[in-house]
Amino acid sequence: MSEPTTTPPLSAEHVRTELRRFLEERTKTDWAADTDLFATGGVSSLFAMELVVHVEKTFGIAVEGPDLRIDNFRTVNAMTDLVLRLAEAGSGE
Amino acid sequence: MTEEDPTPRLAVLGAGVMGVSITTLALEHGVPVVLVETDPAKRADAPARIERELRTAQLMGVRSGKPRAELVTGASVADCADADVVIEAITEDADLKIAALTEVSHTVDEDTALVTNTSSIPVDELAAKLPRPEALLGVHFMNPSYLIRTVEVIRGSRTSSRAADSVGRLLTALGRRGVFVGDGPGFVTSRVLHRMINDAARVVQEGRASAEDVDTLMQDCLGHRTGPLRTADLIGIDNLVDSLRVLHERTGDEGCRPCELLLRKVAAGEHGRKSGKGFYTYTGVLS
Ligand SMILES: NC(=O)c1ccc[n+]([C@@H]2O[C@H](COP(=O)([O-])OP(=O)(O)OC[C@H]3O[C@@H](n4cnc5c(N)ncnc54)[C@H](O)[C@@H]3O)[C@@H](O)[C@H]2O)c1
Repeated sequence: MSEPTTTPPLSAEHVRTELRRFLEERTKTDWAADTDLFATGGVSSLFAMELVVHVEKTFGIAVEGPDLRIDNFRTVNAMTDLVLRLAEAGSGE
Repeated sequence: MTEEDPTPRLAVLGAGVMGVSITTLALEHGVPVVLVETDPAKRADAPARIERELRTAQLMGVRSGKPRAELVTGASVADCADADVVIEAITEDADLKIAALTEVSHTVDEDTALVTNTSSIPVDELAAKLPRPEALLGVHFMNPSYLIRTVEVIRGSRTSSRAADSVGRLLTALGRRGVFVGDGPGFVTSRVLHRMINDAARVVQEGRASAEDVDTLMQDCLGHRTGPLRTADLIGIDNLVDSLRVLHERTGDEGCRPCELLLRKVAAGEHGRKSGKGFYTYTGVLS
């Protein structure tokens, strides 16, 4: 991404809070950061792509190739790791 | 398809929910597709919608690993002239389907199998009005076609073995398993599911439960995978109502008469996922 270098780096706390806010709004459930969203009784797998698009738009990243797999979206923590990794890789250019 | 290259050549009519879903399944299984859509706006954004479905297939880990095949979009039935199999996935309306399949019959050669993806119209009813009734069979792919490995297959009373074999080869190439069932309104799946969704909507209409609560009970207590009303949104409420009308007209079953709430949603343009709102709202689906 071509963000100006003055943008402060994303913090894990910020990403986690934003993801939990979005999930709560969309699923009416307060998800713990390490709960499997897709386990029985959880979020429908059809919601997964919505989640990917949201993460891409909100954090200005593109999830592609081998990163585009459900395990990276299974928990708030997994998504946070992915976002931080991709954001850092993008800003390093 | 030739002896050297056994990959079937597929044409799909209609780039709506199902045309796009079936095309995605085919492309990621290495089967090239000619996709014919009459609505210019739908035709223009079909490649982007397919791209998104391909990403979903990858996200869900169901990509076949084969190199992706080529997509060609077209505006007229003449574009399917070279296909081995033509799947119609156009609006659920018998007259429209008969008109489109008749045009296809005049365009393709006589070995080409014709498939209807109708939810509810009996195969024999369509076949009776076609120039080559023996070429037609029903294959009921569901949405998303690339996630659901089983399809309902309906052989009409006049379907030829040649057409059935050709479709069998296509299903093998697509990695789908067919379950053969008898012909009749709604076959098995729509006859059971669409009536049940109508009942679920009626419960909401009567104010006895919210859509969320209906789905939660059906999912958590009865093991329904997505819940009937979320399923309605996924199908498309306009298409669901068309299908219920077909069922009601042909069976006389009052349980299949589309309920008021469904009719109101169609009139309000709340068609489900594809329009961004139905029983639920969807973000990021249309972009
Ligand atoms: N939606 C589902 O979940 C589902 C599942 C199984 C089967 N079906 C069946 O599949 C068929 C398609 O349903 P859908 O939900 O995709 O509908 P849809 O309304 O989303 O799409 C139908 C498309 O067909 C196009 N069309 C109409 N006439 C045409 C013609 N002559 N040539 C080319 N394109 C034409 C329309 O412009 C539209 O884009 C219906 O028969 C439906 O009952 C739907």
